[in-house]
Amino acid sequence: MDHDFAVTLDVGSSLANHTGSWRTFRPEYVHRLPPCNHACPAGEDIQGWLSLAEAGDYEGAWRALTRNNPLPAVMGRVCYHPCETACNRAGIDASVGINSVERFLGDMAIAKGWAFAPPTAKSGKKVLVVGAGPAGLSAAYHLAMLGHSPTIKEAGPAPGGMMRFGIPKYRLPRETLDAEVARIVALGVAIEYDCKVSDLRATMREGGFDAAFLAVGAHIAKRAYIPAGEAAKVLDAVQVLASMEGEDRPLLGRRVVVYGGGNTALDVARTAKRLGAEEAIIVYRRTREKMPAHDFELEEALEEGVMMKWLSTIKNVEAGSLTVEKMVLDEKGFPQPTGELETLEADSVVLALGQDVDLSLLNGVEGLKIEKGVVQVGANMMTGAAGVFAGGDMAPSERTVTVAVGHGKKAARNIDAFLRGEVYAPAPKHELASFEKLNAWYYGEAPKTVRPTLELARRSSTFEEVVAGLDESNALYEARRCLSCGNCFECDNCYGVCPDNAVIKLGPGNGFKFNYDFCKGCGVCASECPCGAIRMEPEEI
Amino acid sequence: MTDVQMTDVPALAPDEAQQKLKFYQKGTFTVGNRLISEGERSVQASQARSNALTSGHRACQGCGEALGARYAIDAAMRASGNDLIAVNATGCLEVFTTPYPETSWQLPWLHSLFGNAAAVATGVAAAMRVKGKKTRVIAQGGDGGTTDIGFQCLSGMFERNDDVLYICYDNEGYMNTGVQRSSATPPAARTATTPALGPEPGNVFGTGKFVPKIAVAHNIPYVATATVADLHDLERKVVKAMAIHGARYIQINVPCPLGWGAPSCDTIKLARFAVECGLYPIFEAEHGRVTHARKIRKQIPVREYLKLQKRYAHLFRGGVDDPRVARIQAICDAHIAEYGLLGDDEEV
Ligand SMILES: Cc1cc2nc3c(=O)[nH]c(=O)nc-3n(C[C@H](O)[C@H](O)[C@H](O)COP(=O)(O)OP(=O)(O)OC[C@H]3O[C@@H](n4cnc5c(N)ncnc54)[C@H](O)[C@@H]3O)c2cc1C
Ligand SMILES: Cc1ncc(C[n+]2csc(CCOP(=O)(O)OP(=O)(O)O)c2C)c(N)n1
Ligand code: SF4
Ligand code: SF4
Ligand code: SF4
Ligand SMILES: [Mg+2]
Repeated sequence: MDHDFAVTLDVGSSLANHTGSWRTFRPEYVHRLPPCNHACPAGEDIQGWLSLAEAGDYEGAWRALTRNNPLPAVMGRVCYHPCETACNRAGIDASVGINSVERFLGDMAIAKGWAFAPPTAKSGKKVLVVGAGPAGLSAAYHLAMLGHSPTIKEAGPAPGGMMRFGIPKYRLPRETLDAEVARIVALGVAIEYDCKVSDLRATMREGGFDAAFLAVGAHIAKRAYIPAGEAAKVLDAVQVLASMEGEDRPLLGRRVVVYGGGNTALDVARTAKRLGAEEAIIVYRRTREKMPAHDFELEEALEEGVMMKWLSTIKNVEAGSLTVEKMVLDEKGFPQPTGELETLEADSVVLALGQDVDLSLLNGVEGLKIEKGVVQVGANMMTGAAGVFAGGDMAPSERTVTVAVGHGKKAARNIDAFLRGEVYAPAPKHELASFEKLNAWYYGEAPKTVRPTLELARRSSTFEEVVAGLDESNALYEARRCLSCGNCFECDNCYGVCPDNAVIKLGPGNGFKFNYDFCKGCGVCASECPCGAIRMEPEEI
Repeated sequence: MTDVQMTDVPALAPDEAQQKLKFYQKGTFTVGNRLISEGERSVQASQARSNALTSGHRACQGCGEALGARYAIDAAMRASGNDLIAVNATGCLEVFTTPYPETSWQLPWLHSLFGNAAAVATGVAAAMRVKGKKTRVIAQGGDGGTTDIGFQCLSGMFERNDDVLYICYDNEGYMNTGVQRSSATPPAARTATTPALGPEPGNVFGTGKFVPKIAVAHNIPYVATATVADLHDLERKVVKAMAIHGARYIQINVPCPLGWGAPSCDTIKLARFAVECGLYPIFEAEHGRVTHARKIRKQIPVREYLKLQKRYAHLFRGGVDDPRVARIQAICDAHIAEYGLLGDDEEV
């Protein structure tokens, strides 16, 4: 090259200067575990499906969701959403309405008739599933998706377990439940109704089953000893609720007293109201704060006119009335009697004191361990008997639909490994994307969408669903409130904020790459990543 | 029968527009947003941005000036259809980009002296005019080259309303020569020439000048302040300035990890805090009048900003706040009152 006067060197680009050699820390793209995913008992990838939903790909979102949970429309109604309790967005304004969006996707899937894609290869292995509650349905679904042939044997006349014979219609319309069960059946899951398993080993032998998953739930009502006159009407909550599914509705009378403090007590009292009771009073021996029922359910019940009698126990029941004793809480929070008595008028008393497991089908099965009335299982959901797995309410559990679904999935994955003579090794969990890992500055203000509820007049007389769903614009808005904790949402911040252009943008859906030739390791990208998807790692020098 | 008026402007009812904005809340403050169309995104989000200041430059790790310069010049290049010349004053930005014979610049670029960038740019603009070219001209320099030694040339450029956009990268000191005080160094800040010694350690209160206000006093068509913490605001201002002819001035707050004594990863956080505490007012003025102030989004006490920087460490010695922290807070409060920095943003 000819140079001008006083110029000796060719013009060069600074690209020749690899400033990457200055680095002592190296940024790396990572995935961290969103707290919602961490908290979901069914192990849903909530952040993952919300991110599809927020781009308007509802079918993709539904498919991603159902990889872990086949019952989103049910879940979107009855799940107590621990995911929302854990959600990082609460640190900004209020948690993301995950459960509302889940229901929206579930309902849309039913309306559009989306079906599961069956697996192409079949293993030929037969698995017995006992009980068509959420645990059994979930296990069967996952087993079928893994190529196995599950058969559910169900003692009752219809599927759903406590989702049908416990949870009232005004919280879970049966068409919704039926639609989601039908989709599982369509996948090739056989359900045999009115088919109670009473001898597990015999059933397995006769049916030629390679493994079994037990999910019989907990259906035997717990009883407290309460002296009762002959004409006194004392009923069990589970029986009352189950009979709501039959032809003849239970006769509870004008004044109903329910004894207990769990969600079941609330469901019975609300059901009694809807059946025409003028008074439905819940008698509970402790206080509102100590009540195991969820507060939002109590609120709904109170709105509907259910009355509460806190710190009271039932001493005895006569025809048309009962006697309660006032209690006080001691220092440890246990209720202690005061001797102070009161009479309440009641046409019937419904006991909602919890349920025990009927373990009779396990007679003769070797190696089982039963503790506190439930079957003990290992981390792989297998009982002490090889090839016999168990989950849901009959195993140690928080006794929710979601936990049952999670157990079913976990059991299915372990059964799958067991059938192949392997041990299932779950993928190692990522580090938690806790709130301090985020840079919350980048998220705009966006208050939570509240689901509309049915007007009160109709709530006390009909079994119409109380809580309505979101429409598409609300659902989209709600999905977009998600912060995408721990997982890149392609906000371009790292690409923008690097003073050295050392971030390469790979284009939509492909994320980003660091150009370590030039990255000086300043760490601005990691500080400014809104969702904590970049980690600075010490460089080996 | 009534005639139906049709327009082809897609009209969004205010509510819907509001809702739309909320829909995109996740990307309102980030560089990009995968949910909006390519055209609505920032220049920096684009794979096709010019990277006017390319990799391999020798700025310190996390240099706010390198970042601010790329933000501004990339936006100006897009706005001018890449028909742009930059004139650079001496300073870090010049030194770290052009050690002979290398350059990081991806546009025609000229350097003359420390104090004459505005005058050289005026000359370049005149030359373009004479040659009948539409090429736009930017002059740029640090705060020292702008508020101190280059000030006379700058005032002349303003006063003659020369067709130049002057961008000052304000890192509040003479960083390139080892962190000396400039007339943009804030009170109490420690520099090599205002050491943290004696009864009033650090820079003296009641000195210095705020050139954006002086620029406004020249009644030039456009003056703005900006920061590397708010890219959308910065790009919007550069684009707006590029649409105007005549003398324009933009001053960008660019934290300097070395000179301010802060971790390199805190550069943007520092700029954000400087704005959110009210110390660095972000505003626009047209023809001598302030027309817009960027509201504080989440107000913080200035102490949180100061605590991040070693140049203010002497204010927190022994775990107690020096009374001068309150004096700096009073400066912030005065800015908040003067520019109306609290409340809802009326303009978008
Ligand atoms: C009134 C009520 C309201 C509730 N509300 C909620 C709620 O809102 N949200 C929530 O998350 N959880 C709720 N729960 C808890 C939840 O319903 C249970 O935790 C969940 O259904 C347990 O699932 P499972 O599959 O283990 O058992 P189940 O749902 O009880 O299902 C077990 C199934 O096994 C069948 N079965 C039993 N024995 C045999 C046998 N020997 N052979 C063949 N089949 C057999 C039963 O007929 C039944 O269909 C509620 C429970 C009740 C009682
Ligand atoms: C006339 C003259 N005086 C002094 C210098 C030395 N010098 C070079 S850069 C610089 C400081 C630059 O400070 P500033 O303009 O704020 O830019 P920064 O380096 O902080 O970005 C000085 C004093 C010079 N080059 N020319
Ligand atoms: S913000 Fe999104 S990813 Fe984060 S916890 Fe909430 S729902 Fe999950
Ligand atoms: S800064 Fe944005 S684009 Fe970069 S990793 Fe984080 S979320 Fe993804
Ligand atoms: S001294 Fe400051 S302005 Fe200069 S290159 Fe380093 S960080 Fe940037
Ligand atoms: Mg400077």
